[in-house]
Amino acid sequence: MALPKHTELHYRIWHYFYLFICGSVFFFLIAPLFVIFPLSFNAEEFLSFSDGMKSLDPDAFSLRWYKDMVYGTKNPWGLAAKNSFIIAIFATIGSVLLGTVAALGLSSRHMPYKGIVMAVLISPMIVPLIISGVAIFFFMAKAGLAATHTGIVLAHIILGTPFVVITVTATLSGFDHSVTRAAASLGSNPVNTFMKITLPLILPGVISGGLFAFVTSFDEVVVVLFLAGLENTTIPIQMWTGLREQLSPTILAVATCLIILSTLILVTAELLRRRSERLRGINR
Amino acid sequence: MSSETKQILTTDGIPLEVSLKKAERRNKIKAFLLVAPLLLFLIITYVFPIGEMLMRSVDDKMVTEMLPKTYKAMEKWDGKELPEEEVFAAFHEDFIKLVEEKREGKLSTQLNYTKNGFKSIIKKLRRKSKNFEEGNYKEQIMAVHKRWANVEYWNAIKRRAPAITGQKYLKGMDMYKNETGKIVSVSEDRRIHRILWLRTLEIAFFVTLFCFLMAYPIAHLLATLPMKYSNLLMICVLLPFWTSLLVRTASWMILLQQQGVVNDFFVGIGLVADDARPEMMYNKTGTYVAMTQILLPFMVLPLYSVMKTISPSLMRAGKSLGGTPIVAFWKVYFPLTIPGIGAGCLLCFILAIGYYITPALVGGASGTLISNQIAFHMKSTLDWSFASAMGLMLLTGVLAIYWVYNKLVGIDNIKLG
Repeated sequence: MALPKHTELHYRIWHYFYLFICGSVFFFLIAPLFVIFPLSFNAEEFLSFSDGMKSLDPDAFSLRWYKDMVYGTKNPWGLAAKNSFIIAIFATIGSVLLGTVAALGLSSRHMPYKGIVMAVLISPMIVPLIISGVAIFFFMAKAGLAATHTGIVLAHIILGTPFVVITVTATLSGFDHSVTRAAASLGSNPVNTFMKITLPLILPGVISGGLFAFVTSFDEVVVVLFLAGLENTTIPIQMWTGLREQLSPTILAVATCLIILSTLILVTAELLRRRSERLRGINR
Repeated sequence: MSSETKQILTTDGIPLEVSLKKAERRNKIKAFLLVAPLLLFLIITYVFPIGEMLMRSVDDKMVTEMLPKTYKAMEKWDGKELPEEEVFAAFHEDFIKLVEEKREGKLSTQLNYTKNGFKSIIKKLRRKSKNFEEGNYKEQIMAVHKRWANVEYWNAIKRRAPAITGQKYLKGMDMYKNETGKIVSVSEDRRIHRILWLRTLEIAFFVTLFCFLMAYPIAHLLATLPMKYSNLLMICVLLPFWTSLLVRTASWMILLQQQGVVNDFFVGIGLVADDARPEMMYNKTGTYVAMTQILLPFMVLPLYSVMKTISPSLMRAGKSLGGTPIVAFWKVYFPLTIPGIGAGCLLCFILAIGYYITPALVGGASGTLISNQIAFHMKSTLDWSFASAMGLMLLTGVLAIYWVYNKLVGIDNIKLG
């Protein structure tokens, strides 16, 4: 943002001050994430930069904590990772199926009681997690599903569907219904129409909703803390326990891996969003 | 014109109006059937359990069911003087049954909640009641301990008669019902819950304020920069948004600890002495800093999406009409961003008020919120009905704010990413 030459001095100062403020806020947002990165390669057991690291001595860096993450026996990160992925994948499938179908119904202009139904469907997103946790725990305990993978998957479907409903309804809001009518008039049955016409058009919305559901499940800790037994431990639970009891650099190694994962997800989500906007003809 | 206008018929001979209505109904059912699986699933696994929390929070059947005959006999008793023999006899009958089922311990625990001193006299009554003779139970029970002859204890029993109670809600606000049935506050040094509620509101308010003050300039920058720069900067907002909450909290724990990066920096530039490193974590400061950074994207995104729609020519028009940049901003730009401000602030506030993980990890004792208290009662004291009551109090607050949000912005305007 170059200023025009004739700008008066005090506006010039004000402008640079504004840029400085913005820079500081961006720094505040992003810098904490980058602290984790170098510290996870620390050769020592401390969570601060050693003198060796400050002088960039290669001996001060090591993969020690990554080895501990993979082979270490104290923290079952392997089991936690396996559980987290299994739970997140099934929860995503469940959320996407239920959420997409519901969004199709909700976007129909014939849908009765739209307001109240929508409110119920997205309520798990608005209600504080701790309350959801208590309520879901009561249900799962009664249904005998506490401390089972099924119970946690169901809980995460509850928490994940609102995101799918919102993203898919948003995609459907720009959807031209005449194309499905055209398909129907050409003799296609509703299922065929959905698979061949509607789904490909709303797919970006469905996938980005799915990503939200995946991240929600993968990152969820409050409800799992109520539900999980020792066998169902997940990455967030392991991190939670680790952070509460003892901050070890192994956690930083895990955190680094999670940041890389979230970067991948962010890139995918951004690409999808642009593609969706292009498909719907929104150009900015 | 005649009154009998001719009806339009479809090819099947059915009046068009009827046929259209039928089609309309079919469409309605179709749309509803699509929503039904999710709706049903959520109602069973989510809405009903929240209802169950309500039941649990007011449930006080335990004592009512333990002393059914006593309460029936007590119906006529006015509570001013000691009850009649009839009540004592009924109580004796209920009590013997409880002793047989080995449940008298539970009764004493429950009654002790209402009035201190029941534990010992119920134990004593159990021992003595083995040798009771038939008839004249009033005399015999009163002889066990002088408290049994005290009308206040009988009133305490009577107070537990209703099967539902609002006592847990009163407890959540540090109040209770005293002997005369009046609602009073607990003594000042024991008002822990009020402090927590106020602190939750205070932290949620200030976190929202900080988020707003920080988000406004950067949202403005993102909205006015050319696309290729703003996309790059947008990643700085979105990356934290997509990163695990625990990772972000962990990074703050590393930064803020006493031997941490921020303290090292302060010592390095000579701001504080090495032996006087300030405590920045496990207190309110930690909660404020970490929560502000974590919730900041939720403020930036709604603001950005509103600012993106404001045409830059409006500001130019304001300036060309003689306004200084400050006047143009204040009179033209700022009012246009109010919907975004409302959305961002309410979203932030709702999220902050129910926060659990971050305060639990970096908050210490002075930085924890009401959610932490709920979790404490769910896991440690196992007083689930109290946890439910506090949860519902929090939920009511959130729903009220959400209602305002919906009135001002509309649910449909929630934007993700």
